Amino acid sequence: MNRPISARPSVSIKAVDKIWTPEGRTPVEALRGLEFDVAPGEFVVLLGPSGCGKSTLLYMIAGLEGVSGGSIVCDGLPVTEPSAERGLIFQEASLFPWLTIADNVAFGLSIQGVLPVRRREIAIEMLKRVGLGDMLDKKPDELSGGMRQRAACARALAMKPKVLMMDEPFAALDVQTRSRMQDFLLQIWRDSGASILLVTHSIDEAIALADRVVVFTARPGRVKTIVPIDLPRPRPTRDPRYHEYRDMFTELLAAEVDRAFAEQEAA
Amino acid sequence: MTMSAQSVPSGSPLGGSLGGGKLPVRSFPSPAAKRRLTSLFWGLVSVGLFAAIWELLWYVEVANPLLLPPPHMFLQDIPGTLKFFDRSNKVGHMATGGGATALMATAGWTMFRVFTGLALGLVLGTAVGALIHYIKTFRNLALGTVLLLAPISPVAWLPVAIFVFGIGDVPAIFLVFITVFFAIVLSTGAQIASVPKNYLHVARIMGATERQTFWRVILPAILPSLFMTVRLNLLGAWMVVLVAETVGVGSGLGQITNMARATFNAKLVFFNMAIIGALGFLSDWALREFQRKTLWWVAPGEGASR
Repeated sequence: MNRPISARPSVSIKAVDKIWTPEGRTPVEALRGLEFDVAPGEFVVLLGPSGCGKSTLLYMIAGLEGVSGGSIVCDGLPVTEPSAERGLIFQEASLFPWLTIADNVAFGLSIQGVLPVRRREIAIEMLKRVGLGDMLDKKPDELSGGMRQRAACARALAMKPKVLMMDEPFAALDVQTRSRMQDFLLQIWRDSGASILLVTHSIDEAIALADRVVVFTARPGRVKTIVPIDLPRPRPTRDPRYHEYRDMFTELLAAEVDRAFAEQEAA
Repeated sequence: MTMSAQSVPSGSPLGGSLGGGKLPVRSFPSPAAKRRLTSLFWGLVSVGLFAAIWELLWYVEVANPLLLPPPHMFLQDIPGTLKFFDRSNKVGHMATGGGATALMATAGWTMFRVFTGLALGLVLGTAVGALIHYIKTFRNLALGTVLLLAPISPVAWLPVAIFVFGIGDVPAIFLVFITVFFAIVLSTGAQIASVPKNYLHVARIMGATERQTFWRVILPAILPSLFMTVRLNLLGAWMVVLVAETVGVGSGLGQITNMARATFNAKLVFFNMAIIGALGFLSDWALREFQRKTLWWVAPGEGASR
């Protein structure tokens, strides 16, 4: 373990393997022997070259994919199926275009049988929290990319998740929106008290957000190293230590990318 | 940050042809209305030009007015022409010489058959398509037959329709139904398969049952493109309803066509054709409006679900 954990881990990943067996082709080993814990309320960023299986790990924690070996335990219970306690946010907001923003946020509540009046109240509260209090009855198409992603956050938060997972949530946004969204996310994280697992391939995003950064190797993805970021938030981009982190991650990733390329060429 | 390099915001009014329509610059008439007026103008010019060429051909005595009476001739004696239309929807009924109301009744019956057939085709086609997609046994048992029957022209079904349903509204509705049914059945499965995976993931994470996922996520996601299939088959539906009315129904606009042919009444033929053209155009407009009202999340003219 990299740091002493006082409480029961929010997510515990124990010797997890994942092997894809596409029909009629040779099986692909996506993840091998993953092992780490996420403490309650911790912000963990998964950083790695593309195709290293870090998104797959999120899908497995969410319960949308099964593991091929090992186990994933959330709050003491093994993950067997999806649950609203483990919210997942995708690169595209994936709001339903046939529902208004408020109805999108309330979708999970309506599935759970919460009455319409109460649903609306919660949706309003959540949308206010993400700064979309005046967008209730808009259609998803009428919102910008950043706004849609915030609405998707509100939809996940409405279910009071203990873990919030994000699969490159800001990759489709422009640079300015992206940094605003990072500030927004930190605020959401503090307000909700949920643990956050965020996948990215941006080193700056990892340093800006994470308590700890889990660096993945190229495929098959393994934990290369886990780096705690000991800098106050907001992260001081002029601090020499910031650049030390930056250089370290750049080096770690470059080695993996080189390895992945070499393997591709050999194949 | 290099803000200067990105000084033009992405939602700039100059690039606002997609989605960014609601901008503070308000002008009268609004851009949408202006566009509509322009297309109406050119539509009228086009029709006018077509009529003018026809009239010219008559004037220079190329077009025989007995066979190809130009518009001014077949639109001349409308009350006289309307005598051939009948208010009732009875088979083999002699025209009672009703005026505009008889025309409306005749056209109304035809429209009723078209829209009932389309609606039945959409609903049952989606249902059967979904069953084929979800239930493996049903797929194995039904898919071969569907693939065999799908390419058969609806007109070939006409005798079957009459054998089974007799003379009346039902065979005409049935033919329209056949026109869209197989197309909807076959596209439903493809549409269900192409529903964005993340929509399904969201539903699963939120704890939706399979039934809830179907009714609240999959169905709204596929309806726009299924409705587009219906719209694309509208012309086909109009074609077969007229054939059915000519042969197996004995009332409606198709029956007028048949009577006009049998009595060598060219004026009535062209008058009837003008009505059919106008109604076909109107029914496409009606479907578009219906789509705009009930499937409001789809931009007009777009059928795909994203």
